[in-house]
Amino acid sequence: MNHLEKIENKSIHILREAYSQFNNLGMLWSIGKDSTVLLWLTRKAFFGHVPFPLVHIDTNYKIPEMIEHRDRLAMEWNLDMIYGQNQKALENNQTFPDGNATHLECCQALKTQALENTLNGHWPRFRMNHTTGKYDVDKNTEPFTGIIVGVRADEEGSRSKERYFSPRDQNNDWNIEGQPPEFWNQYKTDYAPGTHVRIHPLLDWTELDIWEYIEKENIPIVSLYLDKGEGTRYRSLGCWPCTKPVKSTAKTIHEIVEELRSGKYSTIAERDGRDQDKEDGGGLETLRRDGYM
Amino acid sequence: MSQQKLDEHMNVAIVGHVDHGKSTIIGRLLSDTGSLPEGKLERVKETCRRNSKPFEYSFLLDALKDEQAQGITIDAARVFFKTKKRKYIIIDTPGHIEFLKNVVTGASRAEAALLVIDAHEGIQENSKRYCYMLAMLGIKQIAVLINKLDLDNYSEEKFSQIKQDYDEFLAQLKIKPTAYIPISGKEGENLVSISQKMPWYKGYTVLDQLDLFESQKDPEDREFRMPVQDVYKFTRNGDNRRIIAGSVISGKISVGDDILFYPSNKRSTIKSIEGFNAPLQSSVGAGNSTGFTITDHLYLKRGETMIRADQPKPEITSRISANIFWLGHKPLEKQKEYIVKIGSQKIVMELEEVQTVIDASNLGQMKKDRVSRHEVAEVILKLKSPIVFDLPHVNVLTSRFVIVDEFEIWGGGIITQALKHATDDYRERLMIRNYKWERSMIDVDDRAEKYNQKSCLILITGDKAVGKKNFAKSLEKRLFQDGKFTYFLGIGSVLYGLGADIKLSDQNNHEEHMRRLSEIANIILDSGAILIVTATQLTQVDLDLIRETLVMPEKLIPIWFGDKVSTDIHVQYHIYDEGNMDKTVDYTKRKLQEHGIIFKP
Repeated sequence: MNHLEKIENKSIHILREAYSQFNNLGMLWSIGKDSTVLLWLTRKAFFGHVPFPLVHIDTNYKIPEMIEHRDRLAMEWNLDMIYGQNQKALENNQTFPDGNATHLECCQALKTQALENTLNGHWPRFRMNHTTGKYDVDKNTEPFTGIIVGVRADEEGSRSKERYFSPRDQNNDWNIEGQPPEFWNQYKTDYAPGTHVRIHPLLDWTELDIWEYIEKENIPIVSLYLDKGEGTRYRSLGCWPCTKPVKSTAKTIHEIVEELRSGKYSTIAERDGRDQDKEDGGGLETLRRDGYM
Repeated sequence: MSQQKLDEHMNVAIVGHVDHGKSTIIGRLLSDTGSLPEGKLERVKETCRRNSKPFEYSFLLDALKDEQAQGITIDAARVFFKTKKRKYIIIDTPGHIEFLKNVVTGASRAEAALLVIDAHEGIQENSKRYCYMLAMLGIKQIAVLINKLDLDNYSEEKFSQIKQDYDEFLAQLKIKPTAYIPISGKEGENLVSISQKMPWYKGYTVLDQLDLFESQKDPEDREFRMPVQDVYKFTRNGDNRRIIAGSVISGKISVGDDILFYPSNKRSTIKSIEGFNAPLQSSVGAGNSTGFTITDHLYLKRGETMIRADQPKPEITSRISANIFWLGHKPLEKQKEYIVKIGSQKIVMELEEVQTVIDASNLGQMKKDRVSRHEVAEVILKLKSPIVFDLPHVNVLTSRFVIVDEFEIWGGGIITQALKHATDDYRERLMIRNYKWERSMIDVDDRAEKYNQKSCLILITGDKAVGKKNFAKSLEKRLFQDGKFTYFLGIGSVLYGLGADIKLSDQNNHEEHMRRLSEIANIILDSGAILIVTATQLTQVDLDLIRETLVMPEKLIPIWFGDKVSTDIHVQYHIYDEGNMDKTVDYTKRKLQEHGIIFKP
């Protein structure tokens, strides 16, 4: 069994473990390459089905192509698609692009707070109606007790210390010092009322593994990752004001794989261009302690 | 950097006493092999300069703010790294005893380990304790790095003395390290290239040693074992496959193989191996997260272990001896319930006896009646129901378990012996019954569809003379009038007929009556009927026995009828006599609809 098969099997095991142990389970889908691989692994784990809702935190600043991609796959793969957002901050223009917040404050509002209040059901959730193809306000406001997230340990420091099953307390906070032990493929599947567990099936994957797997499985990804002749492509997707394309002529998945394996990006970290990391002293620890993905 | 695609991969943990230099070694290794992302080294050096802090290689790894402030590693980190031979995840672990839980978490993911000893400070408590833990976690390949030799002029004597002392300790644990390597992490000696400062050393560098560790083979040659993780049927999406899903721990299996499920001992045959976006497979082996359809419609659920009928069977018992380690702040104590998790089994347990407690840092033995934080012990555990496992010399992968206390995994262990338990004989009889049970050509789902109902056992209990029978018969009549297939069975009909042989004897045969009642229920439930039974003042013990005896325990619906529950029984519904039997029956019928037993019109 080769490396990709090994990490694939382990991720599937974790996904199934989560599905059997959490009553209110959901998966965060950012439409990016990692969580799209996660979605594909879910279809593998459940033999073509996705038996829990997908949750997208829509900051309203996502590149429009991402939303199109989301809704197209949601219809095609019959996904139970939900999105949530910080409507108040958006109405009051309390954002970085509006000039009223720093990078960190903007992430806190549009991502961390939106995530927390979408997961606990305090703010409205919008659920795709497959008959109309539109989103309706979801009547179900039950909190999620388990949420699957596609973070990778190689992305940045605090993620390298994550557990596969990571508890979050009532305030959505991550107690890094107090992380429970986890060994022998046994995970934290028991939790106190009011708390929830983040599940991280992709921790052992690197950026290169992700692309090799996308190539091998032929997974549909949003075309922003590819150069369309202008000599640039996105290496990592986020909100358009804070994510910049990189210089690259990779026009196919295979060319991306080559570029990461031995080409110009083999020694440059993926999050190199993300501004919020720099504000946090070179990592995402502050954001992540408060509940950021 | 290598151009070709690397398929080989290994996780290696680095462990050792606090401040013996683990993070520094890894930081230096990354830096000297050019494995750091561009600009990372410069950035960390710049941060140090700005904060007037001397640069240390460990800053490249200790990512958390508290870690950098305190200059220690708090939690295990994954470091991605590759050589010409393969890709690695190096798991950097903390040295403080306070974070032993994080050492266990990190090291348990590894196939091999680097154990670091500071030559200047010598062998410390955790140098020993962590090696003991590595052995318990099942890590066999250990290279000992004798570090900080720069502080002792790269003395061979110093190196040899530590090697000799440590070897003596390890001999007691029956561990033989793969190698001893003299190094200086700070100066980079013997990490990536052979040190000029230690010409007396003729062995490999740390980098070479990493590549010399052997990858574990997937244990396909052992007996087939697969804990059932779940049974899937996604009918709503128009998929009628009933798939038994799980990850194969060991062995190999093919379409057409006869299988058994333990502990129930139900049998069937593999019909297909299922997958998604993958070629059709006719056999599958260890390491695969897979799924099967089988030829029979068995009632199965998570917690069973799938095995091959033609191979040696696993152990099954509800009393075990085990070697355990304990990480919880609260000690492991007697007369308290914990949960054991092994494979997909999750079972309530109690500590029966502590045979010895071992101090892993000096191997001293103590006699205690509890196991405290960071202690290792030999114990006897009593489980509420039987578990399926193998002994470690047969298959170590299915001999390991964890113990959950108040929502967290706080202990781990290896089963060393299957002990006899009072209920073993009874369980064996049930296993034989399941094996011998004759199945017809019509299965549970066929009958449910035909009769427009799911079979179930409505067990009505309560105090004497409160009208249980009247309620039961009224419910039966209502369901019958609705066209349901239902039957009322009073316990008297069993006691004096089928149970006549034991009813008249002097002994209290209560348990045997319960068993016979449950076996009759098995037959009636298999026929697809809604069976209604009344019995006076059943206890939780009775209910557990009935549940254990039922082939399909999920079909049991216990109801307490009357004002106040007067025994320790946990029932699904508590129903009061509201003085109007029609209303009471209506209410019950609604509950059955909510329960999905009878379908709403």
